[in-house]
Amino acid sequence: MASGKNGQPVVVVTGRGIITSLGAGKADNWAKLTAGESGIHRITRFASEGLKTTIAGSVDFVPVEPFCSTELGERMATMVAEEAIEEARIGSKGDFPGPLFLAVAPVEIEWPHRDVLAAGSGANDAVGYDDLLRASASGRFHAIHERCLFASVAEHLAERFGTKGSPISVSTACASGASAIQLGVEAIRRGEAEAALCIGTDGSVNAECLIRFSLLSALSTANDPPQAAAKPFSKNRDGFVMAEGAAALVLESYDSAVARGAKILGVLAGCGEMADSFHRTRSSPDGKAIIGCIRDAITDAGLTPDDIDYINPHGTGTPENDKMEYLGVSSVFGERAKSIPISSNKSMIGHTLSAAGTVETVFTLLTLEHQRLPPTINYKVPDPAIPLDVVPNVARDAKVRHALSNSFGFGGQNVSLVMSREPA
Amino acid sequence: MADAPREAWITGIGIVSCLGEGADAHWQGLAERRIKVDAETFAPYLVHPLAPLDLDKQIPKKGDQRQMEPWQRIGTYAAGLALADAGVKGNAELLARMDMIVAAGGGERDVAVDAAILTNKPKAANPEAFLNERLMSDLRPTLFLAQLSNLLAGNISIVHGVTGSSRTFMGEEAAGVDAVRIALARIAAGQSELALVGGSHNGEREDLLLLYDSGGHMLRGAFQPVWERAKGMVLGSLGAFLVLEARGHAEARNAKPLARLSGVLSERSGRAAGAIPAALARMWQRLVPPPVPAGIAVISGATGAQPATGEERAWLKTLPDVPVRATSSILGHGFEPQFAMNIALAALALGREKLFPAVDSSGVEREYEGPLERVAVTAVGHWRGEGMALIEAVT
Repeated sequence: MASGKNGQPVVVVTGRGIITSLGAGKADNWAKLTAGESGIHRITRFASEGLKTTIAGSVDFVPVEPFCSTELGERMATMVAEEAIEEARIGSKGDFPGPLFLAVAPVEIEWPHRDVLAAGSGANDAVGYDDLLRASASGRFHAIHERCLFASVAEHLAERFGTKGSPISVSTACASGASAIQLGVEAIRRGEAEAALCIGTDGSVNAECLIRFSLLSALSTANDPPQAAAKPFSKNRDGFVMAEGAAALVLESYDSAVARGAKILGVLAGCGEMADSFHRTRSSPDGKAIIGCIRDAITDAGLTPDDIDYINPHGTGTPENDKMEYLGVSSVFGERAKSIPISSNKSMIGHTLSAAGTVETVFTLLTLEHQRLPPTINYKVPDPAIPLDVVPNVARDAKVRHALSNSFGFGGQNVSLVMSREPA
Repeated sequence: MADAPREAWITGIGIVSCLGEGADAHWQGLAERRIKVDAETFAPYLVHPLAPLDLDKQIPKKGDQRQMEPWQRIGTYAAGLALADAGVKGNAELLARMDMIVAAGGGERDVAVDAAILTNKPKAANPEAFLNERLMSDLRPTLFLAQLSNLLAGNISIVHGVTGSSRTFMGEEAAGVDAVRIALARIAAGQSELALVGGSHNGEREDLLLLYDSGGHMLRGAFQPVWERAKGMVLGSLGAFLVLEARGHAEARNAKPLARLSGVLSERSGRAAGAIPAALARMWQRLVPPPVPAGIAVISGATGAQPATGEERAWLKTLPDVPVRATSSILGHGFEPQFAMNIALAALALGREKLFPAVDSSGVEREYEGPLERVAVTAVGHWRGEGMALIEAVT
């Protein structure tokens, strides 16, 4: 089938790569995810004295010394892109035949950079920005400029993998990973490209980033034991667990994939998006944007809600998110909402923030491939206000033809993706 | 497959800078070659400071204003101007299906908190624990939301009700080019009917000077227009938004075009020597196939950084008959919104059927009193990214 709705190209997936706190690569991640293992652990990267939250799903097995969140994000993005391109067997080394869409955490000068500049300023006592500026003007810190530009991660990846055109770095907060995929789908549907490399990456577990979320009361403080902290859809859920990770997809037009004999790993059938104008961190109480976004994705896929067999939710485990996501899901799916399996990967890997949409898309594709549902772990105290089949605690087999993945973010961002096992 | 590309019109612009707010203030300032530079506040660095805004006019709730840092206020204000200019402000039905792409950096740091930590951390018994303690107690809980890149878009949704879609592109100048490129491509392909695209930048920030001067890119000392500098950027505070609309959509609601956005291209040249002129030449060839038409001008996004600006200058020499204006000489350099700003100024000039005066004694810019029918806007990022747009009069 060459074309879908309105004669546009059908977009399929031919390559996937993933890293989470569970490990590197699809095989390791899928085995642990379906075994109900948690990647959440006590933070050792920096001192946790004085912090209310002392746990995270950081990726400590990718060494970055001295630590820099953007550097870790770039290294993980490189690893997952290599895995995805290898699986897709597309292009040639350093010559990917399409554009790059990257979901990446906002880049900034980090404390280690500031410390280096402060030391370099030679200030004896009080250190101010005047002193830092004197150091930066010395010309000895060019590396900080390049590392701390927003464009730097995408530029380095584009250079390494030889993607075509200007690489786009997108942020829709915790929906970024899904937005990067949506941009790739749209570019292929427009006929601009036959293939696109879509990556989400986030290495934000540093003191200031953790404290920012902590000050917004978004994080779980159930530090003991760390593996039990993330409790999506449970009555005693108390926030999300910050985590790191990355994932990559090779998207391709169906025609291009068939023409070169590539194995089709799934279909990116539909994208939905709607912004919420209610509040900076909270959804409109009527769930309008969440409902609209899910409906748009299903409609865009040429399906109806009855066709959806599984939902990979945003499912952060904050009191607010899970309540509103239930409202959205129950509004769209009606009575069926109670019986559609919906399981949160974040119960095991935590919230990978800018990468989450991409990470969870790869897990949803693996769910479609293996016809097996990863569980929602730590589901000990059901919330009677959220009567859903969360695939509690233990994975199980199921027939899944079409799946929905939700991503929501601060700033009123809502993106839903629909994936299918095979082209319609 | 896809139908023929659909025509996209610019039906609204919203701009703020050191020249003030809106079309008339900018046209007048450009006509007077009014260069407003503050050489004191951040000496030896210079800045083109934002003209005072009456924020209540576009951000009526004080509570909303308090939730934002200046970069978000500038952008939310400019977005409101653009929506009003296009006649869609307050039109809930249109705003609910309006697409939005914002090009954004990050927000202001609390420099007092940073300085206190840098001063006292080395003396602390446990520096890491000290950092935790100070950040936990000194950071305002809502500061994070004022720093997050996508929260300019979030604030525009909240204040103005734009909710069809919301995407934020990051990556300095290139993000500003690609935001407009993707918004146009979606309209041309029928993926979007009506879009708000642009960004904002607060140039009055020591944390940004720190970033850019660590790369050796800031002008220090005496002010010069951009082509006259050996090297160096001067930051400006800018907000710039465009309302782009499918021609059919605009005609159906009787919206007047300010200009046609005929094409936007971007490249990643990689910056080997000579790569920038080659990229600019390729984009020019595609947007303005030879022979070079009469009544065309270039509005350049030259930053003053080298080698970027020198290489752009070398390319401009290949078009000796085309008048050039670099707006950063007057507005300062604003990174993400610079491209949208220059497209807006191109639309302004086309509407007035004349180019604004030159600000340059180095020979790149020359006076031009002839007719103006189309403008090519260039963007050569201070570090990476090249882009070009063609804006044409709708006759």
